[in-house]
Amino acid sequence: MAELAAGLQERSGIDPALFVRKTPEGEARLDLVVAGMHCAGCLRKVEGALTKLDGVTHARANLSTKRVAVRWDPARLHADKIVRALADTGFTAVPFDPKLLGTFDENETRFLLRSLGVAGFAAANVMLISVSVWWGLVTDMDETTRAFFHWVSALIALPAVAYAGQPFFRSALKALRARQMNMDVPIGLAVILATSMSLVQTIVNARHVYFDASVTLLFFLLIGRYLDVQARAKACSAAENLLGLRATAATLIAPDGTHRSVAVESLEPGMKVLVAAGARVPADGEIIEGASEIDTSLVTGESLPERVGPGGGVFAGTLNIGAPLIVRVTKRDDESLLSEIVRLMESAEQGRARYVRIADRAARFYSPAVHLMAAATLVLWFALGAHWETALTNAIAVLIITCPCALGLAVPVVQVVATGRLIRQGVLVKAADGLERLAQGDTIVFDKTGTLTLGRPQLVNMGEAPQDMLALGAALAASSRHPLALALAAHGTGLARPKLDDVREVPGMGLEAVHDGARLRLGNAGFVDAESTAAHGGSELWLKREGGDAFCFRFEDTVRPDARETIAALKSRGFAVELLSGDREPAVRKLAGELGLDEWRAAARPDAKIARLEELAAQGRKVVMIGDGLNDAPALRAAHVSISPADAADVSQTAADFIFQGVRLGPVLETVDVARRSQRLVFQNFGLAIGYNIFAVPLAVAGYVTPLVAAIAMSSSSIIVIVNSLRLNRKAKEAA
Amino acid sequence: MSILVYLVPAALLLGGLGLAAFMWSLRSGQYDDLEGAAERILYDDDKPEPDRTETGEPEN
Repeated sequence: MAELAAGLQERSGIDPALFVRKTPEGEARLDLVVAGMHCAGCLRKVEGALTKLDGVTHARANLSTKRVAVRWDPARLHADKIVRALADTGFTAVPFDPKLLGTFDENETRFLLRSLGVAGFAAANVMLISVSVWWGLVTDMDETTRAFFHWVSALIALPAVAYAGQPFFRSALKALRARQMNMDVPIGLAVILATSMSLVQTIVNARHVYFDASVTLLFFLLIGRYLDVQARAKACSAAENLLGLRATAATLIAPDGTHRSVAVESLEPGMKVLVAAGARVPADGEIIEGASEIDTSLVTGESLPERVGPGGGVFAGTLNIGAPLIVRVTKRDDESLLSEIVRLMESAEQGRARYVRIADRAARFYSPAVHLMAAATLVLWFALGAHWETALTNAIAVLIITCPCALGLAVPVVQVVATGRLIRQGVLVKAADGLERLAQGDTIVFDKTGTLTLGRPQLVNMGEAPQDMLALGAALAASSRHPLALALAAHGTGLARPKLDDVREVPGMGLEAVHDGARLRLGNAGFVDAESTAAHGGSELWLKREGGDAFCFRFEDTVRPDARETIAALKSRGFAVELLSGDREPAVRKLAGELGLDEWRAAARPDAKIARLEELAAQGRKVVMIGDGLNDAPALRAAHVSISPADAADVSQTAADFIFQGVRLGPVLETVDVARRSQRLVFQNFGLAIGYNIFAVPLAVAGYVTPLVAAIAMSSSSIIVIVNSLRLNRKAKEAA
Repeated sequence: MSILVYLVPAALLLGGLGLAAFMWSLRSGQYDDLEGAAERILYDDDKPEPDRTETGEPEN
């Protein structure tokens, strides 16, 4: 029992020393996620608490990403002190390894911003000169001055295009190498041709150059691209924080009895690990010591905790909700049930990889059409007997005018507005094309435990409980962190609080205290010598006062408060809604009845869930999977699009396209609405852009497009598209 | 019109300065935390921080 007692003292957190890295200057560096930072005061407290520590040389909090970077002298300070200093000021800090979390390329964002700066500078200066030239064409500007201006424009535009055009050139090359078309192909071609033609025109001292067109084009498009990347980076970092917050480490018990925090991956069969109450089991194994209850809802979808004792088996990823356990590892991390689920998940990826984004689909038709049109213009002017220079100029003018500036902005601007709106509602958009896929969805499949329900027990027989028993039970329960006790304690807030002495927790059994000289016990049926009547399908907690009768508090998983309305609303939007759960049949049937779901399946294992999704896909349905458990992760991958609550298992969050926060199910509805509305706006934008082309292309073919006309046409179509996209935000305000 | 020979380079130089300033601000990480920057202005930095003066740590 000595080991267990030591385990109780152990903090359930992770040893921060595992995450400390050395900087080249010999300092130690630690990155932390501090989720509770929201305002200037928090920033100040966090940074203040850290800089106050002896040895800390640098502490900088980032409010946007909720992360803190600390550097210190390793000789004078231990990493543990840093986390403790933050805990003392009331902030929970969780260390993370940026290398593991940093899936999003920060350099990409930086480079885009630098390109944007260069393109902006070039666009402003070239436009300044171009306006003078346009004005000079109708007034008295002499040829020398014009030539001088053209050369200055060339001097600015050439390096600017070479630098700021790179994001587009690279992406276009990548697409071409894969023998595909994307929007960047016509963009890159138009920019390169416009620039090189203008250079030739400058050399031969012609009247019209298009330098302004090529740089403003880049400037506008880079704005769209940057906003897009920025919005996704924000969602990704928020999602990474969620995962990092629950990064798992195992507490290893060395043969000499000492405790040490190790990475889950380094566990080997035969090792002994301590699983504290409230912690997740790090590996599949067998219990050596301790009795507890294990919440397997994330793994199997089963809503009732399972009672386990010495000799019993536990699975990685399940939650220990009772007392500390000592577990002997029987399988390595990559052989555990969890890893099997992950493997199943990887092979399940199907609909996702095949999906082609709307913009790329449009590019498939658009680019060849545009290139054909330019070629036709060239041939036509030749055939009509024009000089090759005129013919080429007009053909390039067609390319410039049709260059999909508005088309390039059509999707990203909507995406940014939609993502921003959803983030404010607590929904993170993880996949770039998630909104597009969600807008296509016509069938919604819900998981039960943790998705439609909160995955948290709630007292159901409060009315039957005598007031004094409720007060005693709640008061006693307040000193435990067991989920049932927490649920019971929540009912004690309005009641007079009886005075309890000698409160102690009996691991695996319950709580004991002395009230008015009589012994009071709260725990499982055996603990109070009562006969369990567990026929109601929920969990129970017994309370007994010495000499009195035992009372049974019954608990059941709570349905999310707005689940019924949300499902009704989803149905009214034309979705077929069904329930696919790993839980036992009575519980699933009961919930389906309560929520008005006709279609439901119980006791579905992960492979059965995938099978059902494939069946639906075979019927031509686009399935939206909403689930949270490890057992849902493969299904989340297999579905056309997937949504997960923020308290879902890590793998599920990684697999899902959207993550919603909070106890309400409403955000799902909101996400669907925003996705559909965005889709509509994207199509409107395409319509606007194509309408503009129908108007502008004949002008270009006929040779009327001077640089001035090109500049006006391009900017106005882009602005119209942006304004149209912003309507999504306005509707949000009206709704709110 | 020969004045343009001076004016255009002058305009470019000024614009270039602006661009250089932008690049510098980008490199020094001023765009990394836009929300934090907005809140940090509320720090009352005029008052010397008592803890720093006590421990005698150098300001940076």
